Amino acid sequence: MRGAPETMTVLRPKSAKEAVSLYAQDTGAMPLAGGTDFMVLWNIGLFNNRKILDLSGVRDWRKISATRTSVVIGALATHAEIRRHPLILKEFPLLAEACATIGAAQIQNRGTLGGNIANASPAGDTFPPLLVYEAVVHLVSARGKRELPISEVFAGVKRTTLLKGELIESVELPSLGKRPTRQIFRKVGMRLAQAISKTAAAGLLTLGKGGVVEDFRFSFGSIAQTAVRLTEAESLVVGKKLAPSVIDEACRLMERNVSPIDDIRSTREYRLEVSRNILRRFLEGNRT
Amino acid sequence: MKLKVNGKTRTFSGSPFKRLIEALREDFGLTGTKEGCGEGECGACTVLVDGEAVNSCLIPICQVEGRSIQTVESLGEPGKLSALQEAFMARGGAQCGICTPGMLMTAYAWIKGGGSSDRAAIRECLAGNLCRCTGYQHIVDSVAQAMKGSKKEKRK
Amino acid sequence: MARTTSVGISERRKEGPEKLCGQAKYIDDHALPGCMHGVTLRSGVARGLIKSIDFEPGFPWHEYTIVSAVDIPGRNLVTLIEEDQPLLADRKIMHPHEPILLLAHADRAKAYEALKHIRVVYEKQEPVLTMEDSIALKHKIFGEDNVFKSYLIEKGDVAKGFEQARFIIEGEYRVPHQEQAYIENNGMAAWVEEDGTVTVLGSLQCPYYIHKALMKIFHLPEEKIRVIQSTTGGGFGGKEEYPSMIAGHAALLAWKAKKPVKIIYDRAEDMPATTKRHPAIVRHKTGLDKNGKLVAQDVDVIMDGGAYATLSSVVLSRGTLHAAGPYECPNVRVRSKVVATNTPPNGAFRGFGAPQTLFAVELHWEKIARATKIDSLTLRRRNLLKLGSVTATGQILRESVGASDVLERTVKDSGYVKKLKDYARWNKDKKKSCWKGVGLSLVHHGAGFTGSGEVYLASKAGVSITIDGRLQVLAASTEMGQGANTMFAQVASETLGVPYEWVEVETPDTKFVPNSGPTVASRTTMIVGGLVRRAALEMKAALSKEGLVLRTAADLKKAAKILCGSDLIRRFIVQYEKPGEIVWNDKTYKGDAYGAYAFAALVADLEIDKTTFEVKIDKITTAQDIGKAVNPLLTEGQIIGGTAQGVGYALLENAVYKDGAMVNGQFTNYIIPTSMDTPSMKVVIVEKPYSRGPFGAKGVGELPMDTPGPAIAAAVNFAAGIWLTELPLLPEKIFKAKNEAQG
Repeated sequence: MRGAPETMTVLRPKSAKEAVSLYAQDTGAMPLAGGTDFMVLWNIGLFNNRKILDLSGVRDWRKISATRTSVVIGALATHAEIRRHPLILKEFPLLAEACATIGAAQIQNRGTLGGNIANASPAGDTFPPLLVYEAVVHLVSARGKRELPISEVFAGVKRTTLLKGELIESVELPSLGKRPTRQIFRKVGMRLAQAISKTAAAGLLTLGKGGVVEDFRFSFGSIAQTAVRLTEAESLVVGKKLAPSVIDEACRLMERNVSPIDDIRSTREYRLEVSRNILRRFLEGNRT
Repeated sequence: MKLKVNGKTRTFSGSPFKRLIEALREDFGLTGTKEGCGEGECGACTVLVDGEAVNSCLIPICQVEGRSIQTVESLGEPGKLSALQEAFMARGGAQCGICTPGMLMTAYAWIKGGGSSDRAAIRECLAGNLCRCTGYQHIVDSVAQAMKGSKKEKRK
Repeated sequence: MARTTSVGISERRKEGPEKLCGQAKYIDDHALPGCMHGVTLRSGVARGLIKSIDFEPGFPWHEYTIVSAVDIPGRNLVTLIEEDQPLLADRKIMHPHEPILLLAHADRAKAYEALKHIRVVYEKQEPVLTMEDSIALKHKIFGEDNVFKSYLIEKGDVAKGFEQARFIIEGEYRVPHQEQAYIENNGMAAWVEEDGTVTVLGSLQCPYYIHKALMKIFHLPEEKIRVIQSTTGGGFGGKEEYPSMIAGHAALLAWKAKKPVKIIYDRAEDMPATTKRHPAIVRHKTGLDKNGKLVAQDVDVIMDGGAYATLSSVVLSRGTLHAAGPYECPNVRVRSKVVATNTPPNGAFRGFGAPQTLFAVELHWEKIARATKIDSLTLRRRNLLKLGSVTATGQILRESVGASDVLERTVKDSGYVKKLKDYARWNKDKKKSCWKGVGLSLVHHGAGFTGSGEVYLASKAGVSITIDGRLQVLAASTEMGQGANTMFAQVASETLGVPYEWVEVETPDTKFVPNSGPTVASRTTMIVGGLVRRAALEMKAALSKEGLVLRTAADLKKAAKILCGSDLIRRFIVQYEKPGEIVWNDKTYKGDAYGAYAFAALVADLEIDKTTFEVKIDKITTAQDIGKAVNPLLTEGQIIGGTAQGVGYALLENAVYKDGAMVNGQFTNYIIPTSMDTPSMKVVIVEKPYSRGPFGAKGVGELPMDTPGPAIAAAVNFAAGIWLTELPLLPEKIFKAKNEAQG
């Protein structure tokens, strides 16, 4: 391996307050949560001679708790903790499902929700569920606290809108008013387990009287620079019945929000077609 | 810095960013834990931290200060294999052996954590441990047999 | 006294307990005092000339040992079949991972760091990257025609055969690179002993290949070179020839540094730089009469050898010899060649050319079935090899022909015929969320080197008894997970009539074991196991001459004293002798290509998700005739494991190349099957004994690699109603083919 430990400086805060203040003094330090992405790159020698802000000692940020109107997931809660947490399983099952598809047990035991968000990979599997649940990301810095809707967090491939000195404290999922009629999380990877996504989808649909769509939220990961909501398809569908023509149009509008690419993992055409199939089958009410 | 390794308190005085796998292999002489990829894909470096299976190639040692580490060396000795190791002998769970320590630790955490003995569930639990020799079937057989054995013991 | 029958019993894996306790020592587990870490500077361009090598001023170069081509005391060569591959490039660059310089430092990270401070300036030349460009002679990069080797097999008269044909069907099939993906990366340690002996210890398959290579590199006699195998974490062919390169590198650094040096590749170096399975294009033109009996097979095989000849000629040989499949046809022509490209050399990988050509011939049956309206099972039944059949090389099969047995057993146990019907009906239902398919394959695999190959190897193996009463097997054949140690001990103990536990297997170390040949070609049980049995029989004869019987530990002690006399050890070493009935002509490629063939059939039962085009194999059923399973559990492990590698080859493994280099060379992007991707398998072992194999055994190592590709391709094509002929069958390709099929 090519990482050189003795070239590294490690800051090890024991509390949230200390973490924020250390980071304020040294905004060039790299925050480290579970390390499941960072350490891969460190191992090949990309981050020697750096200062690390190791957050693993900040116990407060690991909790998952309920408020009257939401569930708050500490930034350092692991995928394993999220996937088996009763509150998440009950209210936000798509997020639990997504966490269950990230790597395998070893990665899920280390990787954190906050780390996943900060890393901002276009293929981050928790993002489609977070988008449809309209999660709010709680940020903290020496300047104070800030809330950011998840839809405003990602600025591009591996880039976020977090400001200098800001750390992710927690992620809040507002309770859904009504249980959705249909919901889906579907990840398509390069194999059946432990794989990076070619496309990943999350969707919620609530039908009202007479089959009219009351609420429809759908998002994709891996097929654009960041995970995206299908804003145009969503606004088309809400208020209408799911007639074939509406579904066709929604599938057509999908392309306005996504821009899949050819890479070593898949092709643009495949990603588009499969994503469209997932959306279509969901709207048609078919098992996918 | 202190941590518990296979039940014993050990002191580590090297770089805090040394990876756990290297600290185990170089500083504590526990070479049973193997490195296959350095990117958390193959699982050969799996050890337990406070009972949970993790990739020791992705953890700087500072992150496990004060915690309890378990490696394959804690399971048994060649002349006195644990039930899980014995099941791997009986059912052909090890071939070249390089994935075996990681495979054993993942399976051990699964069994200790009360995981299901359903074969599909065992396959899912082992999905983070790549094996190129066995095609996995004999490993699944081995874990299933060990779980059957431990249930029987409990009933006694 | 303990049980003395051993063969046919699933004895405990010899080295199993050490492996299970983390005590087995793989190369990186050996602590060598004062050891430095060696790293390799590689070319990074596919073709060109080195203009200059610049070392950044001010960098602490004095801390490093640096080796380049000029330091080599002997020949700058990786000795194999041809003498074309340098150990370190000195001027000409032939592929993007060509080693140029070696560096060693006591600190591993610092050794790697230095690579960033060396700049190599090249005069770049346009590379030849594809087989098509190589054949078209876009540039001459090897000899006059870019062809490393070509073969021709002719039986009967193909032109006349086609005249009699009622059906003539042509097809083209392609297979890609495949990475061996052993979980232990390549690694080697080296040091020079006080008496000047250059010693290497490492992860390897073929100690004497390395021994021979080091003799040339150092210009030293054989007793001054020593090669020792460390516990080896998988090989699959990937540690057949490349370790000679790494051993040469480590030894040069150690020799110059006067300290032990370890070179341990990390995955991102191992995967792109070391050998892969040869990609191939195989074209078939097949003539059949109205009943579906073969009347002519014309096969054309092209393989991509990469930049140097390495083992390509032998890989192609095996591919060529299996190209007509396990069938009898009166008129056969196989033409084959392996060509040069500016990509890292391709090399040995389980199956060694056969999975490539067998994929083509087996999938071609499905095309023939569509044209003739005779199903592929019936076609196989009508044409398969039987006792007395004559193969493409004119070999008359005199014994141990299990083709029909494995086919019928697999078809029956898998419910193949019923599933074909059921799934055809299922697939008509538009409401189903998946398509279902079954596919079949039937293969043969020659055990051992070709007729003349084993003669040329002239392998030796033996058994010994030490003065303190230890029984040992002596062979250079390596344990790499396949179970060689266990098998050897079983063969020796059964022959000697002693308990299995009494027999140890000596570590492959050229100082102590004779050259039993490379650990390749499904030859370890049939050929080397046969030698061990003969050697054990010699020991037994020596024992009975002295009136000794081994029943108790005391007997063993007594025997040791008498047999060893004044020596510490008494060895019984035997050498390979060609059975008289095997006749092979290397020039005409006629005769008995292999002493015996193993046979296997496989049915893959799968579904394809209509939303995502992902393939999920539900069940694999396979029957394999290997003569005799010396250890049924380990044999089954070989079959399941080899089949899983074939599943990866068929569905997932996609080495992506750009400018001659693999660009997805890590486990994140080169996808091998996990426990979730590998189906549950039913394995049936069929035993049609081979009189020349120990206890009837033929080979098993490579056979299971041959079957999955064509069966899975047939099943996928059947399920989706498409016609894909190139592996891997990625969902992207299924989607595209489906789209095209629907117009």
